[in-house]
Amino acid sequence: MTGAVGELANREARPRAPEPSPLLWQEHLTAGEHWSGILRRGTSLQLVALEAGANVAALLYNFESPLERYNMADTLKAQHTAFLTRGCVCYSDMGRVLCSVTADSCGWHDTICGLSDAAQVERRFGRTRFQEQRNAWFHNGRDSMLGELGKYGLGKRDLVANINFFSRVTVNADGALAFHDGHCRAGDFVELRFEMHTLLVLATCPHPLDPTPRYQPRPVQLRAWRSGPAPQQDACRERCSENARGLRNTEMIF
Amino acid sequence: MRTESPSQGTSARAAGRADLDPQLLVLDEIVAAGEPWLGNVAQGQILRIVDLEGNQAVDTLFFNAQHTEERYSAVDTIRAQGNIYLTTGTVLRSSLGAAMLTIIEDTCGRHDTLGGACSAESNTVRYALEKRFMHSCRDNFLRALARHDQELSKRDLPSNINFFMNVPVTDAGGLEFADGISGPGRYVQLRAEMDVLVLISNCPQLNNPCNAYNPTPIQILIWAAG
Repeated sequence: MTGAVGELANREARPRAPEPSPLLWQEHLTAGEHWSGILRRGTSLQLVALEAGANVAALLYNFESPLERYNMADTLKAQHTAFLTRGCVCYSDMGRVLCSVTADSCGWHDTICGLSDAAQVERRFGRTRFQEQRNAWFHNGRDSMLGELGKYGLGKRDLVANINFFSRVTVNADGALAFHDGHCRAGDFVELRFEMHTLLVLATCPHPLDPTPRYQPRPVQLRAWRSGPAPQQDACRERCSENARGLRNTEMIF
Repeated sequence: MRTESPSQGTSARAAGRADLDPQLLVLDEIVAAGEPWLGNVAQGQILRIVDLEGNQAVDTLFFNAQHTEERYSAVDTIRAQGNIYLTTGTVLRSSLGAAMLTIIEDTCGRHDTLGGACSAESNTVRYALEKRFMHSCRDNFLRALARHDQELSKRDLPSNINFFMNVPVTDAGGLEFADGISGPGRYVQLRAEMDVLVLISNCPQLNNPCNAYNPTPIQILIWAAG
């Protein structure tokens, strides 16, 4: 079963995210909350972990036609990887690229562990209600995502395998999962360049395998700027011939 | 019992142990290479899928038969058991965390749930633009769903199981479609923990080793609860 693994000793203490300029907007995403927004083609978004141990669950849909959505399996098999980092792209189920991962200070983002749910959060951390806790009640990943999806007429049928930014879960030879405690440092950042008009849905609930005994979600800063879409010479496009074809498929509709 | 292809099988074809009462057999069917199959398995019934000739990927999804919004979830299944491979003892979990089926016997060893289903569009990415025009699992899924009386569509195709397919993940996070570890007559047997609708594509992929570059038939058997 899941075990915490000691982490990477010789990384710098606090990475410093570049400051995009000029900013289109920025937003402070509170710990344990959910968020959604539209990121148009040519926009980039920086996610910065404001404290160590952050987790940002993410789902992506084509904003013009949400039946097209992030596809975990197509993303992994096209790039022969089980995780995301700089140079990777996030594929839709239509052979197109929703976004590219253009910068990453932590080196690994989980794609295979899904979301926490109400039963798990209650079992591990106890029952909370708004009535007593007000806005400090314990949110869970699945309900957060479903609530946010409902704002767009989406729901359970649209809840597919998500990304967990800032979390690292490895697999041993027998297939067993190991959550890497301490992987995300305060200041760690990841940058996404949107190649399509994308509905992005985020939740900052703790990773479902995070062994921290207390319910302790972490806040994240979002910063958006106009970067333009993938240029011809680009690390994500050149990572593998699959990504070149995926971006070509994407460019056909713009 | 709803079926999508003509029944040609007999119980004599059933591979493996003959430990299930033939009186209880309610379905025995061959699914030809590259074909879809859609059917119901009731709570308590036993479903067996046989890889008749070996190394045949069987792309499979399960839905709660009464409330199809609840369906198989790869990530919930992986997380609940703390392991990416499916084998005997694995409980297949729904998108709401419920137990849908349990794998009660597995003569193959392990099965994949990360590799997803092939589609015309992903073929263009993975192999070459001209590989779009080849039969694919998603076309099979969509064809089977279009014939079904519930309103199910591409919206209802999350990440699936690939029975008999071998997709090892390394400690460093590498992922490959490797040569199969299945063989002729190997099978996986599941007990339904709720009434389920089963959607199968007997994978027609010709561009990678998931079917040993030669798609072959499978056999599906269902026994009533004993």
